[in-house]
Parts: sequence; structure tokens; C-alpha cells
Amino acid sequence: METEFTPLASTFGGILIGSSAVLLMLFLGRIMGATGVLAGLLSPASRDDFIWRAAVVAGMITGPLILLGVTGSFPAVQVPVSTPMLIAGGFIVGLGVTFGSGCTSGHGVCGMARLSPRSIAATLTFMITCGATVFLIRHVFGA
Amino acid sequence: MRILTAFFIGAVFGLGISISGMANPAKVLNFFDVAGTWDPSLAFVMGGALITTAIGYRFVLPRPRPIFDNDFLLPTARQLDGKLIGGAAVFGIGWGIAGFCPGGALPAIGTGNPSVLIFVAAVIGGILAARALMRFNAPSAPSQA
Repeated sequence: METEFTPLASTFGGILIGSSAVLLMLFLGRIMGATGVLAGLLSPASRDDFIWRAAVVAGMITGPLILLGVTGSFPAVQVPVSTPMLIAGGFIVGLGVTFGSGCTSGHGVCGMARLSPRSIAATLTFMITCGATVFLIRHVFGA
Repeated sequence: MRILTAFFIGAVFGLGISISGMANPAKVLNFFDVAGTWDPSLAFVMGGALITTAIGYRFVLPRPRPIFDNDFLLPTARQLDGKLIGGAAVFGIGWGIAGFCPGGALPAIGTGNPSVLIFVAAVIGGILAARALMRFNAPSAPSQA
């Protein structure tokens, strides 16, 4: 499935993602990692801890609705994989981010921005295994 | 104020994900498909986010404390170990299979697309399974996020 190259929109979206990471650190002193926010929501340290995490996730979910209000359409969500692959992939993502202590936002953006050696190593690792997986699925097994 | 601010910050993140294309698995998978229908957009998302965060953190982290809390909560682990690298490797495999990562999928819940809900439910299942495995292997180790 072809997708259009969108350097301007993607850069602008990236700047907003980065801005949210800076704001979360400035106001709450926390890393803007989707894994960390979600995992903490599943086992909050306190009622207060649960509430800020739930507020961040609720805010995240309104993102597409804001875009709908401004442009008249939701962001495209095209899923070129089967439901079993979606479930298997999701489960594997959940395992990996828990053992690896983070994902694209926590390691790839926040950790890399702090020049954390752990985040740099993690990001290089998951970019390589993701690329290899896509290559195997699309060009070796031909799904 | 703290809760409202957290909601606003989440919305900025969710809007950024929505505009950037990270909520779209087809686009994310095409970034990794250099040998096929390559779409380099994701590099611009990561670049924009990384440069913005790196600059912003330089001004924020030297402050004595965050506005609504007593301390900046930063990861303190320094060593590269098998758990980190193995976990990251496994995450990459799952990302390559499904095309969603957690940061792309959470905002995408707002579109109401059922695939997103299936993926997020599976991620939560994986997180809980990993925690159970960790408890089984090291009953005294503290859980982490």
C-alpha cells in the first residue's frame, strides 16, 4: 500500500510531539513515553499518579478529534495487516516495551534527546529489528 | 490546574501524532520498507520531535524543579544489559508486524477505528504477561515502567 511522502506535515507533527515532551518535563517533571504513561496507568503508585496519567491519555485521544475539528477529517489510519497479526504484534510490543523499559516516544524521542546511552542503544535496536521484520514479512515471506 | 495541564499536554502529543502520520500503520511500515513502497516521512517526525525535545530539555532540566512537582523524574539506570536490548529487539519485531507503536496507537483510539482498540488491548495483554514473567523470574524485583 503506497503512502504519500509528507515532509512538512511530518516535521510539524514531530515538533508538536517534541513540544509535548518538553511541556510534560517542565510542568510535571516526567518523561513523555507512551509506554511509561500507559504502564503506570495499569499499576498507579497513588490516586494522584493515576489521575495525571489518565488526563494525559485522555488528551492524547482528543488529538484526532481536534484535527477533525480543524481540517474536517480524522487522520488516516490504514491497517495493511490482518487481525491475527495485529493481535500478535500488539502482544509482542507489550512484552518488548516492558522488558525494554520504553518505546519510540520514551527512548526514541525523550531518551535520545537526553543522550541517554540506554535509549540510544534501545532505539538503534528496535529500528533495526523493525526494519528486518518488515523486510522478512514483505519480501521474503511475501505477505 | 495540574490535571488540566496534563490533559492539554496529552492533546498536543495526540495532535502531533495525528498530523505527523504516526497514527497510520501503512505509513509507518512504509518507512521501514526501503526495498518496497518506501515513505521517508517518519524520519521527519523523529527529527522534528528529537530536535525540539533536545533544545527544550536544555532549558527545562537546569531548573530547580518542575512547576507542579518537587523533582524531575528521570531514569537512573545507566548500564546496557540484555533485558534492555532484548526487550527493544522484541518491541521492534512487534512494531514491524503490526505497524503501530504505543505512542501512535493511543491517540488513534480517538478515531474510533476498531483495529486500534484490538492493538491496544493486545499491548496491555503483553505488558501484563511481561510483568507476570518478571515476577516469576525474580519475585523480589520491583516492577518498572
